[in-house]
Amino acid sequence: MALEVPENVVVSRLDALASWCRKNSLWPMPFATACCGIELMATGASRHDMARFGAEVMRFSPRQCDVMIVAGRVVMKMLPVLQRIWQQMHEPKWCISMGACASTGGVFDTYSVVQGIDRFIPVDMYVPGCPPRPEQLLQSIIDLQDKIQAEGTVGGREFLTAERQQPKRALVELPVVSLPRGVSRLPQGVRVE
Amino acid sequence: MIDSKTQSAISQAFGSVAWSEFRGQARAVVAAGELAAVFEFARDTCGFDLLVDVTCVDYLNYRDAEDRFGLVYLLANTQTNERLTLRTFVNEPDPVVPSAVSFWPGANWMEREVWDMFGIRFEGHPDLRRILMPEEYTAHPLRKDYPMQGRGERHNFPVLHRSEA
Ligand code: SF4
Repeated sequence: MALEVPENVVVSRLDALASWCRKNSLWPMPFATACCGIELMATGASRHDMARFGAEVMRFSPRQCDVMIVAGRVVMKMLPVLQRIWQQMHEPKWCISMGACASTGGVFDTYSVVQGIDRFIPVDMYVPGCPPRPEQLLQSIIDLQDKIQAEGTVGGREFLTAERQQPKRALVELPVVSLPRGVSRLPQGVRVE
Repeated sequence: MIDSKTQSAISQAFGSVAWSEFRGQARAVVAAGELAAVFEFARDTCGFDLLVDVTCVDYLNYRDAEDRFGLVYLLANTQTNERLTLRTFVNEPDPVVPSAVSFWPGANWMEREVWDMFGIRFEGHPDLRRILMPEEYTAHPLRKDYPMQGRGERHNFPVLHRSEA
């Protein structure tokens, strides 16, 4: 049975329609803690202009945001705040980990810096670089849009898969090297087991 | 730079002060027990009205070092532009020095930082709490026997999964 559909009617799936709406108005939550935050500002400013991708409405209330952009290193005093802000954001929500520090701790392998936020909150996109160029951040937003369009559902079923409940990385620490008393530095080539 | 008159006044008042000089900067090593009296003398008699900084050095495993912690007080006289570095040494198990807050209120946060990072107790400080690290932190991370990557504090957090958030 053929159905007469007028020219100005489009048939789609509801999931695709919802994802299309969501992906083109991602409101970022700028969690900018360090130098990467400056690059995030440049991305939002006129030269690079995140508005071209519908993501220019930076909101400083997590309740109004869709995507958290963690730009910069997160120290252990800040991580509970980060987790709390993440929990305050409404579903559906995504997270972009911007820069080497947010993704891995970067060069700051010290007692106070969290070695990658993906150990403690879910992350959807990683942006490499120190700091990443604004183009890279824009690319991650475009990629996130593609991801939303490809797998998004109205009810957020895609967030509930078993794979997504796993932390991204095992919490393995490197062995702590402590030097014997009286030795301030090891000669080259000597390792302490 | 310090006036020779100021220097000899301090030497006369406190016989045990040991002087040294580095690139025109005078340094005076003071016994921890005399510190409060030296503070008072430096402020009231010599006119050192500004405490520029309070900090500390851990001399663990340092060559030829006799004491564990060396405290550094940088003083300035804003009228005559004199500067004076006071040093004192303390040791474990209970490194404690008198607080400078009653002489220079600006010492408050600087002493809290030294307490946080090195675990030096400042006797008489009105509010000796951690200032940089979280309050539940137990170590003093700038001590040389503290591992640089910590003792796992940086990974001691709950993990949030997608379904819980
Ligand atoms: S990745 Fe580089 S630019 Fe970004 S916060 Fe870390 S040090 Fe700064």
